[in-house]
Amino acid sequence: MIKTFIFGILLGIAAAAGVLYAVPAVDQYREASIISVAPNGGNTEIFYINVPSDRVMSGGPDQAVLPPGLEWPEDELLGSVSTEMFKIRNARDSVVGVAARTVAREGDRPVLDWIIHLPARGSMYVIMNPVAGEGGYRLGEIRTGSRELAGMTGRMTERWLSDESGMPDAPAGRIELAARYTAKREELAE
Amino acid sequence: MKYIVALLAGLLVGAALFGLGVIYNPFLGKQELSPLAVTDAPTLVLTYAAVASESIVYTNDGESRTQPYPEKVLQLWEQTIRQTSATATLLRDGRNQAAGIGIKFSSAADETHLLSGRALTNSIWYVYLPGRGGLFVEETENYWNYLRDIVVPGYRSSANTWAGSWIGNMTAGPGALGTAKVTGGSGDFEGMELLGVESLSVRAWKVDIGAVAAEGRLLIELPGHELAEVPAE
Repeated sequence: MIKTFIFGILLGIAAAAGVLYAVPAVDQYREASIISVAPNGGNTEIFYINVPSDRVMSGGPDQAVLPPGLEWPEDELLGSVSTEMFKIRNARDSVVGVAARTVAREGDRPVLDWIIHLPARGSMYVIMNPVAGEGGYRLGEIRTGSRELAGMTGRMTERWLSDESGMPDAPAGRIELAARYTAKREELAE
Repeated sequence: MKYIVALLAGLLVGAALFGLGVIYNPFLGKQELSPLAVTDAPTLVLTYAAVASESIVYTNDGESRTQPYPEKVLQLWEQTIRQTSATATLLRDGRNQAAGIGIKFSSAADETHLLSGRALTNSIWYVYLPGRGGLFVEETENYWNYLRDIVVPGYRSSANTWAGSWIGNMTAGPGALGTAKVTGGSGDFEGMELLGVESLSVRAWKVDIGAVAAEGRLLIELPGHELAEVPAE
Protein backbone atom coordinates (compact mmCIF):
# COMPACT_ATOMS: atom_id res chain seq x y z
CA MET A 1 0.00 0.00 0.00
CA ILE A 2 2.92 2.35 0.74
CA LYS A 3 4.19 1.74 -2.78
CA THR A 4 0.76 2.68 -4.16
CA PHE A 5 0.76 5.86 -2.05
CA ILE A 6 4.22 6.84 -3.28
CA PHE A 7 3.20 6.08 -6.86
CA GLY A 8 0.15 8.30 -6.27
CA ILE A 9 2.39 11.13 -5.09
CA LEU A 10 4.56 10.89 -8.21
CA LEU A 11 1.45 10.70 -10.38
CA GLY A 12 0.00 13.73 -8.57
CA ILE A 13 3.18 15.73 -9.16
CA ALA A 14 3.21 14.76 -12.84
CA ALA A 15 -0.50 15.50 -13.26
CA ALA A 16 -0.24 18.92 -11.57
CA ALA A 17 2.79 19.80 -13.70
CA GLY A 18 1.00 18.63 -16.82
CA VAL A 19 -2.12 20.64 -16.07
CA LEU A 20 -0.16 23.82 -15.23
CA TYR A 21 1.93 23.39 -18.38
CA ALA A 22 -0.84 22.55 -20.82
CA VAL A 23 -3.92 24.44 -19.60
CA PRO A 24 -3.72 28.20 -20.11
CA ALA A 25 -4.38 30.12 -16.91
CA VAL A 26 -5.83 33.00 -18.92
CA ASP A 27 -7.72 32.79 -22.18
CA GLN A 28 -9.04 36.19 -23.21
CA TYR A 29 -12.20 35.93 -25.27
CA ARG A 30 -11.78 37.63 -28.61
CA GLU A 31 -14.48 38.92 -30.90
CA ALA A 32 -13.56 38.59 -34.56
CA SER A 33 -12.23 41.95 -35.74
CA ILE A 34 -14.32 43.72 -38.35
CA ILE A 35 -11.77 45.46 -40.51
CA SER A 36 -12.18 46.68 -44.06
CA VAL A 37 -9.58 47.82 -46.53
CA ALA A 38 -9.58 51.56 -47.09
CA PRO A 39 -9.60 52.76 -50.73
CA ASN A 40 -6.28 54.58 -50.55
CA GLY A 41 -4.37 52.15 -48.38
CA GLY A 42 -4.61 51.07 -44.79
CA ASN A 43 -7.38 49.31 -42.89
CA THR A 44 -10.48 50.80 -41.32
CA GLU A 45 -12.19 49.68 -38.13
CA ILE A 46 -15.21 51.37 -36.62
CA PHE A 47 -16.11 51.45 -32.93
CA TYR A 48 -19.27 52.72 -31.27
CA ILE A 49 -20.19 53.90 -27.80
CA ASN A 50 -23.85 54.01 -26.82
CA VAL A 51 -24.55 57.05 -24.68
CA PRO A 52 -25.44 56.98 -21.86
CA SER A 53 -25.61 53.21 -21.36
CA ASP A 54 -21.90 52.54 -22.07
CA ARG A 55 -20.61 55.41 -19.94
CA VAL A 56 -18.67 54.02 -16.99
CA MET A 57 -17.71 57.35 -15.47
CA SER A 58 -17.81 61.03 -16.13
CA GLY A 59 -15.94 63.48 -13.95
CA GLY A 60 -14.77 67.06 -14.08
CA PRO A 61 -15.06 70.37 -12.28
CA ASP A 62 -18.48 72.06 -12.17
CA GLN A 63 -20.31 69.29 -14.01
CA ALA A 64 -22.64 66.43 -13.14
CA VAL A 65 -20.57 63.41 -12.22
CA LEU A 66 -21.26 59.75 -12.88
CA PRO A 67 -21.62 57.26 -11.16
CA PRO A 68 -23.47 58.59 -8.12
CA GLY A 69 -21.03 58.85 -5.23
CA LEU A 70 -18.04 59.76 -7.38
CA GLU A 71 -15.97 62.51 -5.80
CA TRP A 72 -13.97 64.47 -8.35
CA PRO A 73 -10.81 65.95 -6.78
CA GLU A 74 -11.36 69.59 -5.93
CA ASP A 75 -7.76 70.59 -6.48
CA GLU A 76 -7.34 73.83 -8.41
CA LEU A 77 -4.77 72.15 -10.63
CA LEU A 78 -7.48 69.96 -12.17
CA GLY A 79 -9.75 72.93 -12.90
CA SER A 80 -9.60 72.40 -16.66
CA VAL A 81 -9.50 68.59 -16.77
CA SER A 82 -12.48 66.33 -17.33
CA THR A 83 -12.54 62.64 -18.08
CA GLU A 84 -15.05 60.11 -19.32
CA MET A 85 -14.66 56.34 -19.38
CA PHE A 86 -16.72 54.07 -21.64
CA LYS A 87 -17.27 50.53 -22.80
CA ILE A 88 -16.53 50.37 -26.50
CA ARG A 89 -18.36 48.27 -29.14
CA ASN A 90 -17.48 46.94 -32.56
CA ALA A 91 -19.62 47.32 -35.67
CA ARG A 92 -21.73 44.28 -34.61
CA ASP A 93 -22.58 46.13 -31.37
CA SER A 94 -20.61 43.68 -29.19
CA VAL A 95 -18.55 45.14 -26.37
CA VAL A 96 -14.88 44.62 -27.25
CA GLY A 97 -13.04 46.91 -24.86
CA VAL A 98 -12.90 50.04 -22.77
CA ALA A 99 -11.90 53.59 -23.63
CA ALA A 100 -11.28 56.91 -21.93
CA ARG A 101 -11.66 60.41 -23.29
CA THR A 102 -9.88 63.25 -21.55
CA VAL A 103 -10.42 66.92 -22.26
CA ALA A 104 -8.16 69.63 -20.86
CA ARG A 105 -6.78 73.04 -21.62
CA GLU A 106 -3.09 73.88 -21.90
CA GLY A 107 -3.09 77.67 -21.73
CA ASP A 108 -5.03 78.74 -24.81
CA ARG A 109 -4.76 75.33 -26.41
CA PRO A 110 -7.44 72.70 -25.84
CA VAL A 111 -6.37 69.07 -25.50
CA LEU A 112 -8.49 66.02 -26.37
CA ASP A 113 -6.99 62.56 -25.96
CA TRP A 114 -8.47 59.08 -26.32
CA ILE A 115 -7.08 55.81 -25.07
CA ILE A 116 -8.67 52.61 -26.34
CA HIS A 117 -7.97 49.26 -24.70
CA LEU A 118 -9.00 46.03 -26.44
CA PRO A 119 -7.97 43.30 -23.93
CA ALA A 120 -7.40 40.52 -26.46
CA ARG A 121 -5.60 42.72 -29.00
CA GLY A 122 -3.85 45.78 -27.61
CA SER A 123 -4.29 49.47 -26.99
CA MET A 124 -4.17 52.78 -28.82
CA TYR A 125 -3.36 56.34 -27.83
CA VAL A 126 -5.04 58.90 -30.04
CA ILE A 127 -4.48 62.65 -29.97
CA MET A 128 -7.52 64.43 -31.43
CA ASN A 129 -7.96 67.87 -32.83
CA PRO A 130 -10.54 69.24 -30.36
CA VAL A 131 -12.14 71.42 -33.03
CA ALA A 132 -14.82 69.59 -35.01
CA GLY A 133 -14.67 70.01 -38.75
CA GLU A 134 -17.23 69.63 -41.50
CA GLY A 135 -19.93 67.08 -40.72
CA GLY A 136 -19.13 67.18 -37.01
CA TYR A 137 -15.99 65.07 -37.44
CA ARG A 138 -13.00 65.50 -35.20
CA LEU A 139 -9.79 64.18 -36.68
CA GLY A 140 -7.02 62.63 -34.63
CA GLU A 141 -3.67 60.93 -35.00
CA ILE A 142 -2.95 57.47 -33.62
CA ARG A 143 0.14 58.40 -31.66
CA THR A 144 1.10 54.88 -30.60
CA GLY A 145 -0.26 51.41 -29.99
CA SER A 146 0.62 48.35 -28.00
CA ARG A 147 0.87 44.61 -28.72
CA GLU A 148 -1.00 43.83 -31.97
CA LEU A 149 -1.43 47.54 -32.60
CA ALA A 150 2.20 48.37 -31.84
CA GLY A 151 3.32 48.64 -35.43
CA MET A 152 0.40 50.81 -36.45
CA THR A 153 0.07 54.46 -37.09
CA GLY A 154 -2.81 56.25 -38.75
CA ARG A 155 -5.79 58.42 -38.03
CA MET A 156 -9.05 58.27 -36.15
CA THR A 157 -12.21 60.32 -36.47
CA GLU A 158 -14.79 60.99 -33.80
CA ARG A 159 -18.35 62.11 -34.35
CA TRP A 160 -21.63 62.19 -32.49
CA LEU A 161 -24.62 60.37 -34.01
CA SER A 162 -27.97 61.30 -32.47
CA ASP A 163 -30.50 58.51 -32.22
CA GLU A 164 -33.32 58.98 -34.66
CA SER A 165 -34.94 55.57 -34.30
CA GLY A 166 -37.66 56.80 -31.95
CA MET A 167 -37.50 53.50 -30.04
CA PRO A 168 -38.42 53.91 -26.37
CA ASP A 169 -35.29 52.14 -25.05
CA ALA A 170 -32.88 53.55 -27.62
CA PRO A 171 -29.77 55.41 -26.42
CA ALA A 172 -29.62 59.19 -26.74
CA GLY A 173 -27.00 58.67 -29.40
CA ARG A 174 -23.69 57.11 -30.21
CA ILE A 175 -20.10 58.21 -30.47
CA GLU A 176 -18.55 56.80 -33.61
CA LEU A 177 -14.81 56.28 -33.68
CA ALA A 178 -13.41 55.29 -37.05
CA ALA A 179 -9.78 54.19 -36.90
CA ARG A 180 -7.72 53.92 -40.03
CA TYR A 181 -4.57 51.91 -39.45
CA THR A 182 -1.47 52.15 -41.58
CA ALA A 183 1.60 50.04 -40.93
CA LYS A 184 4.66 52.03 -39.94
CA ARG A 185 7.08 52.47 -42.79
CA GLU A 186 10.25 50.47 -42.23
CA GLU A 187 13.42 51.28 -44.07
CA LEU A 188 14.99 48.30 -45.81
CA ALA A 189 18.57 47.55 -44.94
CA GLU A 190 20.93 48.39 -47.78
CA MET B 1 -10.34 -0.57 -2.17
CA LYS B 2 -7.56 0.51 0.19
CA TYR B 3 -5.17 0.71 -2.77
CA ILE B 4 -7.50 3.13 -4.54
CA VAL B 5 -7.73 5.26 -1.40
CA ALA B 6 -3.93 5.21 -1.07
CA LEU B 7 -3.54 6.18 -4.74
CA LEU B 8 -6.04 9.06 -4.42
CA ALA B 9 -4.39 10.25 -1.20
CA GLY B 10 -1.03 10.08 -2.94
CA LEU B 11 -2.39 12.05 -5.91
CA LEU B 12 -3.65 14.81 -3.63
CA VAL B 13 -0.41 14.92 -1.63
CA GLY B 14 1.63 14.94 -4.85
CA ALA B 15 -0.42 17.77 -6.37
CA ALA B 16 -0.17 19.75 -3.11
CA LEU B 17 3.60 19.19 -2.91
CA PHE B 18 3.99 20.34 -6.49
CA GLY B 19 1.89 23.43 -5.78
CA LEU B 20 4.03 24.30 -2.75
CA GLY B 21 7.17 23.64 -4.76
CA VAL B 22 6.05 26.11 -7.44
CA ILE B 23 4.93 28.78 -4.97
CA TYR B 24 8.08 28.65 -2.85
CA ASN B 25 10.56 27.97 -5.64
CA PRO B 26 13.25 30.57 -4.93
CA PHE B 27 14.23 30.66 -8.60
CA LEU B 28 10.80 31.84 -9.74
CA GLY B 29 9.84 35.51 -9.81
CA LYS B 30 13.10 36.81 -8.42
CA GLN B 31 12.87 40.47 -7.52
CA GLU B 32 15.26 42.31 -9.79
CA LEU B 33 16.53 45.83 -9.42
CA SER B 34 14.85 48.21 -11.81
CA PRO B 35 17.28 49.79 -14.28
CA LEU B 36 15.66 53.14 -13.52
CA ALA B 37 16.63 52.82 -9.85
CA VAL B 38 20.23 53.55 -10.78
CA THR B 39 19.69 56.03 -13.59
CA ASP B 40 21.49 59.36 -13.60
CA ALA B 41 18.76 60.90 -15.73
CA PRO B 42 16.10 63.15 -14.22
CA THR B 43 12.98 61.24 -13.33
CA LEU B 44 9.31 62.01 -12.92
CA VAL B 45 7.84 60.35 -9.83
CA LEU B 46 4.07 60.02 -9.51
CA THR B 47 2.34 58.24 -6.64
CA TYR B 48 -1.25 57.10 -6.25
CA ALA B 49 -3.41 55.28 -3.72
CA ALA B 50 -3.50 51.63 -4.81
CA VAL B 51 -6.69 50.92 -2.87
CA ALA B 52 -9.94 50.87 -4.84
CA SER B 53 -11.93 52.92 -2.32
CA GLU B 54 -9.29 55.68 -2.36
CA SER B 55 -9.36 56.10 -6.14
CA ILE B 56 -11.76 58.32 -8.07
CA VAL B 57 -13.34 55.31 -9.70
CA TYR B 58 -12.48 51.62 -9.89
CA THR B 59 -14.43 48.94 -11.72
CA ASN B 60 -14.07 45.33 -12.77
CA ASP B 61 -16.46 42.39 -13.36
CA GLY B 62 -18.03 42.90 -9.93
CA GLU B 63 -17.26 39.34 -8.87
CA SER B 64 -13.59 39.80 -8.05
CA ARG B 65 -12.13 40.26 -4.59
CA THR B 66 -11.70 43.99 -5.03
CA GLN B 67 -15.15 45.53 -5.23
CA PRO B 68 -15.94 48.35 -7.67
CA TYR B 69 -15.97 51.89 -6.27
CA PRO B 70 -18.25 53.84 -6.05
CA GLU B 71 -20.75 51.06 -5.49
CA LYS B 72 -23.02 52.02 -8.40
CA VAL B 73 -20.34 52.22 -11.07
CA LEU B 74 -21.01 50.25 -14.26
CA GLN B 75 -19.34 46.83 -14.09
CA LEU B 76 -17.28 45.23 -16.84
CA TRP B 77 -19.22 41.97 -17.04
CA GLU B 78 -19.15 41.32 -20.80
CA GLN B 79 -17.10 38.30 -21.89
CA THR B 80 -14.46 40.35 -23.70
CA ILE B 81 -13.74 42.65 -20.75
CA ARG B 82 -14.51 40.36 -17.81
CA GLN B 83 -10.83 40.02 -16.92
CA THR B 84 -10.21 43.75 -17.18
CA SER B 85 -10.17 46.46 -14.52
CA ALA B 86 -10.39 50.20 -15.02
CA THR B 87 -9.19 52.86 -12.60
CA ALA B 88 -9.15 56.64 -12.56
CA THR B 89 -7.06 58.11 -9.80
CA LEU B 90 -5.43 61.29 -8.57
CA LEU B 91 -1.68 61.31 -9.14
CA ARG B 92 0.61 63.05 -6.68
CA ASP B 93 4.15 64.28 -7.13
CA GLY B 94 7.17 63.57 -4.92
CA ARG B 95 6.03 66.26 -2.45
CA ASN B 96 2.59 64.63 -2.16
CA GLN B 97 0.93 67.51 -4.03
CA ALA B 98 -1.74 66.80 -6.66
CA ALA B 99 0.01 66.50 -10.02
CA GLY B 100 -2.65 65.19 -12.39
CA ILE B 101 -5.04 62.46 -13.34
CA GLY B 102 -4.17 58.88 -14.15
CA ILE B 103 -6.35 56.34 -15.94
CA LYS B 104 -5.30 52.71 -15.90
CA PHE B 105 -6.74 49.76 -17.82
CA SER B 106 -5.43 46.33 -16.86
CA SER B 107 -6.26 42.93 -18.37
CA ALA B 108 -5.08 39.46 -17.48
CA ALA B 109 -2.56 38.41 -20.13
CA ASP B 110 -2.78 35.27 -22.24
CA GLU B 111 0.98 34.89 -21.72
CA THR B 112 0.40 34.08 -18.03
CA HIS B 113 2.28 30.88 -17.18
CA LEU B 114 2.28 29.99 -13.50
CA LEU B 115 4.79 27.19 -13.92
CA SER B 116 7.43 29.75 -14.82
CA GLY B 117 6.38 32.37 -12.28
CA ARG B 118 4.54 34.64 -14.68
CA ALA B 119 1.20 36.00 -13.48
CA LEU B 120 0.95 38.69 -16.11
CA THR B 121 -1.35 41.57 -16.89
CA ASN B 122 -1.28 43.88 -19.90
CA SER B 123 -1.74 47.40 -18.61
CA ILE B 124 -1.86 50.89 -19.98
CA TRP B 125 -1.84 54.23 -18.22
CA TYR B 126 -2.96 57.55 -19.53
CA VAL B 127 -1.38 60.26 -17.43
CA TYR B 128 -2.40 63.88 -17.77
CA LEU B 129 -0.42 66.46 -15.82
CA PRO B 130 -1.95 69.97 -16.17
CA GLY B 131 0.69 72.45 -17.29
CA ARG B 132 3.01 69.68 -18.46
CA GLY B 133 1.07 67.44 -20.85
CA GLY B 134 -0.10 63.90 -21.50
CA LEU B 135 1.70 60.55 -21.45
CA PHE B 136 0.79 57.02 -22.49
CA VAL B 137 2.41 54.18 -20.58
CA GLU B 138 2.33 50.63 -21.91
CA GLU B 139 3.51 47.81 -19.68
CA THR B 140 3.29 44.14 -18.86
CA GLU B 141 3.05 43.61 -15.11
CA ASN B 142 4.03 40.45 -13.25
CA TYR B 143 2.02 39.82 -10.08
CA TRP B 144 3.83 36.59 -9.15
CA ASN B 145 5.81 38.06 -6.24
CA TYR B 146 2.70 39.90 -5.03
CA LEU B 147 0.73 36.64 -5.02
CA ARG B 148 3.50 34.67 -3.33
CA ASP B 149 4.50 37.25 -0.71
CA ILE B 150 1.09 38.77 0.15
CA VAL B 151 -1.87 36.77 -1.14
CA VAL B 152 -0.70 33.27 -0.14
CA PRO B 153 0.38 34.34 3.39
CA GLY B 154 -2.96 36.22 3.67
CA TYR B 155 -4.88 33.01 3.01
CA ARG B 156 -2.67 31.08 5.42
CA SER B 157 -3.23 33.62 8.21
CA SER B 158 -5.93 32.66 10.71
CA ALA B 159 -7.23 36.25 10.50
CA ASN B 160 -7.31 36.06 6.67
CA THR B 161 -5.13 39.14 6.67
CA TRP B 162 -1.60 40.01 5.66
CA ALA B 163 0.19 42.95 7.27
CA GLY B 164 3.77 44.02 6.78
CA SER B 165 5.84 46.10 4.45
CA TRP B 166 6.21 44.90 0.87
CA ILE B 167 7.69 46.86 -2.00
CA GLY B 168 8.00 45.40 -5.45
CA ASN B 169 8.42 46.40 -9.08
CA MET B 170 5.39 45.28 -11.03
CA THR B 171 6.64 46.21 -14.50
CA ALA B 172 8.15 43.29 -16.39
CA GLY B 173 8.07 44.60 -19.95
CA PRO B 174 7.76 45.23 -22.82
CA GLY B 175 11.29 46.67 -22.48
CA ALA B 176 14.03 44.05 -22.44
CA LEU B 177 15.21 45.27 -19.03
CA GLY B 178 11.74 45.10 -17.51
CA THR B 179 10.70 48.65 -18.29
CA ALA B 180 7.48 50.15 -19.54
CA LYS B 181 7.28 52.02 -22.83
CA VAL B 182 6.23 55.62 -22.28
CA THR B 183 5.06 57.81 -25.16
CA GLY B 184 4.65 61.54 -24.81
CA GLY B 185 1.53 63.01 -26.32
CA SER B 186 1.12 66.68 -25.63
CA GLY B 187 2.73 69.64 -23.87
CA ASP B 188 6.30 69.23 -22.62
CA PHE B 189 6.21 65.52 -23.40
CA GLU B 190 5.20 65.88 -27.04
CA GLY B 191 7.12 63.49 -29.29
CA MET B 192 9.07 61.85 -26.46
CA GLU B 193 9.76 58.12 -26.18
CA LEU B 194 10.66 57.30 -22.58
CA LEU B 195 11.05 54.42 -20.15
CA GLY B 196 9.09 53.85 -16.96
CA VAL B 197 8.58 51.46 -14.07
CA GLU B 198 5.56 50.95 -11.85
CA SER B 199 6.00 49.69 -8.32
CA LEU B 200 3.69 48.90 -5.43
CA SER B 201 4.14 49.36 -1.72
CA VAL B 202 1.67 47.31 0.32
CA ARG B 203 1.16 47.44 4.09
CA ALA B 204 -2.11 45.51 4.61
CA TRP B 205 -4.18 43.06 2.56
CA LYS B 206 -7.39 41.17 3.37
CA VAL B 207 -8.72 38.00 1.76
CA ASP B 208 -12.23 39.40 1.28
CA ILE B 209 -11.43 42.89 -0.07
CA GLY B 210 -7.83 42.84 -1.30
CA ALA B 211 -5.37 45.66 -0.55
CA VAL B 212 -6.46 47.96 2.28
CA ALA B 213 -3.25 49.99 2.67
CA ALA B 214 -1.17 50.31 -0.46
CA GLU B 215 0.48 52.94 -2.61
CA GLY B 216 1.58 52.76 -6.21
CA ARG B 217 4.42 54.65 -7.84
CA LEU B 218 5.16 55.45 -11.46
CA LEU B 219 8.76 56.33 -12.16
CA ILE B 220 9.43 57.80 -15.60
CA GLU B 221 12.89 58.55 -16.90
CA LEU B 222 13.03 61.95 -18.57
CA PRO B 223 15.48 63.01 -21.23
CA GLY B 224 18.35 65.23 -20.19
CA HIS B 225 21.14 62.79 -19.57
CA GLU B 226 23.54 61.94 -22.32
CA LEU B 227 26.07 59.18 -22.16
CA ALA B 228 29.62 60.41 -21.96
CA GLU B 229 31.61 59.72 -25.07
CA VAL B 230 34.23 57.03 -24.75
CA PRO B 231 37.57 58.57 -25.69
CA ALA B 232 39.22 56.99 -28.71
CA GLU B 233 42.46 55.22 -27.98
